[in-house]
Amino acid sequence: MEFLYNLDVLNSTIRLSTPLLLAALAGLYSERAGVFDISLEGKMLGGAFAAGAAAFVFNSAWIGLFAGVSLSVLLALLHGYACITARGNQIVSGVAINFIVAGIAILLGQSWFGLGGRTPQLSGPERFREITLPGAEALADVPIIGWLYSGILSGQAILVYIAFLAVPFTWWVLFRTRFGLRMRAVGENPAAVDTAGISVTWARYRAVMICGVLCGIAGAYLALGLSAGFVKDMTAGKGFIALAALIFAKWKPVNVMFAALLFGYLEAVGIRMQGKSMPFIGEVPVTAIQALPYVLTVVLLAGFIGKAIPPKAGGIPYVKER
Amino acid sequence: MKNELPKWADYILLPLINLTIAFMVAGLVVLLVGENPLEAAYILVRGAFGYGGGIAYTLYYATNFIFTGLSVAVAFHCGLFNIGSEGQAYIGGLGVAIAVLALDNFMPWWVIFPLAILSSALFGAAWALIPAWLQAKRGSHIVITTIMFNFIAASIMVYALVEVLKPAGSMAPQTRTFEQAGQIPKLDWLFEIFGSGLQGAPLNLSFFLALIMAFLVWVLIWRTKFGYELRTTGTNPTAAIYAGIPPVRTIVITMLISGALAGMMALNPVMGDQTRVELDFTAGAGFVGIAVALMGRGHPVGIIFAAILFGMLYQGGAELSFDMPNISRDMIIAIQGLVIFFAGALEHVFRPSMIRFFSRFEKPPSEPGREAA
Repeated sequence: MEFLYNLDVLNSTIRLSTPLLLAALAGLYSERAGVFDISLEGKMLGGAFAAGAAAFVFNSAWIGLFAGVSLSVLLALLHGYACITARGNQIVSGVAINFIVAGIAILLGQSWFGLGGRTPQLSGPERFREITLPGAEALADVPIIGWLYSGILSGQAILVYIAFLAVPFTWWVLFRTRFGLRMRAVGENPAAVDTAGISVTWARYRAVMICGVLCGIAGAYLALGLSAGFVKDMTAGKGFIALAALIFAKWKPVNVMFAALLFGYLEAVGIRMQGKSMPFIGEVPVTAIQALPYVLTVVLLAGFIGKAIPPKAGGIPYVKER
Repeated sequence: MKNELPKWADYILLPLINLTIAFMVAGLVVLLVGENPLEAAYILVRGAFGYGGGIAYTLYYATNFIFTGLSVAVAFHCGLFNIGSEGQAYIGGLGVAIAVLALDNFMPWWVIFPLAILSSALFGAAWALIPAWLQAKRGSHIVITTIMFNFIAASIMVYALVEVLKPAGSMAPQTRTFEQAGQIPKLDWLFEIFGSGLQGAPLNLSFFLALIMAFLVWVLIWRTKFGYELRTTGTNPTAAIYAGIPPVRTIVITMLISGALAGMMALNPVMGDQTRVELDFTAGAGFVGIAVALMGRGHPVGIIFAAILFGMLYQGGAELSFDMPNISRDMIIAIQGLVIFFAGALEHVFRPSMIRFFSRFEKPPSEPGREAA
C-alpha cells in the first residue's frame, strides 16, 4: 500500500501532471473563447518534436523550447485559420492537425537524424535539469514541511514551476482582466461582443495563440524534461487526457490543476500497481487504472456527478451579419 | 446566384481539387526530405496498381476503409461526428474472436462467417450505444465521449488479450490462431480470371460484404423512411422535432448502425488476414474512415472510391518506403491528415469560390429572387 503515497509516487505525480496541466490550460483558453480544440495532442507532439530537434542541433534546451513553442503556435494558427477565418468544422480541423503532425514529424525526424523518427539522445544543457529550490536542504529535516518542500516541490524542472504558476495566472487573466472578459464573452455570446464593437476574430485568434504557446511548452517538457529527446508517438494520448481533465474541471483554471494532478496521480500509480494486491479489491488490472480518466470523464459528461457545461458558443464559427 | 454546385462538381471536381492540393503539400514534404515527388508518386501508384498482388492488397486495405468510411458517413448524415469508429472496430474484433473461437473446431466457414458478421456488428453497435444514448438523452458531446471510448476500448482489448484470450503458455498478447474454418476464403479465383494470382495478398470475401454494405447504406439513407428522418435530424434538428421525428430514437439507431458498420471492419483483418486477434489490429483504420467519408462526400459510391484511393496509399506507401527508405509509411498518415484538412476543415474556402466560378456560366434568373438555402 505504501506505493500509493510515498515520495516517489508523489514526485512522479507532479512530473506526469505537468504536461497534462499545460495542455489542459491551453485547451481552456481556446475553448473558453469558443474554439474547440482536439488537436492539443498534435500540437504537443509537434512541440515535442521541434523542441527535441532544435535542442540537439543548437545544444540548448532554451532554443529547443523556443522552437517547440513556435511550431505549436504555427499549428494553432492553422487551426485558427480553419476554424475562425474559414469557418470550418473545428473537430475536423483538430483531427486533421493531429494526423498531419504525427506523420510529418516522424518523416522529418527520420530524414534529419536517421533514427527511425526519434531525435538523438539529449544530455547536459540540452535538457531542462532539476532545480533545487532555495533552502530545500536546510528544511529537509523539518517534519512534514521538509517532506513537502524538499521532497516534492523542490527538484523539479523549471517548466514544472511555470506550469503550476500558469494556474493562478490563467485565473487572473480570465477573471480579472479585460482581455479575459472578452475572451469568455466570445465563447459564450460572440454576437454581443461584436455589437460592443470588439473584434470576435481577433479575440479568438489571441486565445488560440496562447493555446499554441502552452501546448508548445507542454511538448518541450515531454521531450526535454520528462525524457531525453523526442520519440515516436511520445504524447501517447496525453492531449486527450488533458482534454478530459479540462472537461472534468468544467473549464475552470484551478479545477484544471486538480484534475491534472488526479490524472497524473492515476498514471503514476498505474505504473507501480503492476502485480500488486489491494486490500478488499485484490489485484487491480493496470489497464483499468489507465482507463479511469476516460471513464471518469464520460461519467461526468453524462451529468451523474455535477454537470459539465461547455462554453455556449464553442464549436460554432461566428458569422458576422447574417 | 445559385447556392449549389452542379452535382458532378460537388461529388467529383471538388474532392479532386482538395486531393490535388493535399498531394501538392505532401509533395513539398517529399521535397523537404530530399526525394523527387514525381518519382515517389510513380512508385506509389505502381506499387498499388502495377501488378495483381498490388491491386489485391490495395483492395484489401480499401475493404477496411469502406466499412469505417460508411460508419463515419452514416453518423455524419445525422449530424453526429463519430470519432469512435476506431474503438468500435476494435471491440468488433472481440465479437469476431468470440464467435470464431467458440465454433471453429466443429463448424464450417459458411456457418461461422455469418455468425461472425452478426457478432462483430453487435459488439461494434454496443460500443456505440453508450455515447449515442448520452448524446441523445443527456446532451454529452458525442465527439468527446467517442474519443474517450476509443481509449477505454484500447484498455479493454489489452486486458482481454493479455488476461483472457491469450492461450496458456503463450507470451504474445493475441488469441490462438483460428482453424481453417475460422478464416474467410480468399478471392484468388477472382484474380485468376485475369490471369494473376493474389500473390500472397489477403484480399477476401469481406470485400464483397463491404460493397453490399455500401449499397445497403445508400438504400438506408436515400430510400427509406428512417433515412429521411436521419437526414432531417442531421440538417435541422429543430425542424425534425417539429415534424414529429423522435430525436432520441433517431440518434441512437443511427449510432448503432454506425457502430455496427465499424465493428464489421474487424472481419477483414482478423478473419481474412491475421487469422487471430492481435493488439491494435485496426491500425488506425477508424480514423482513415473520417478522411474517406469526407472525401467521398458521405455518398457510398464516393466512399468506395475514396477507400480505394486510401487503399492505394497504404499499399503503394508500403512499397514506397521500401524503395525510398526516407519516406516511411508515416507519410500516409500525413496525407490522410492533409486530406481531412482540405476536404473537411477548409470546405467553406473552396466551395464558395467554386460556386462563384460556376455561376458565371449560368444564365441569370429572369426574376431575381432569393433561392431557398
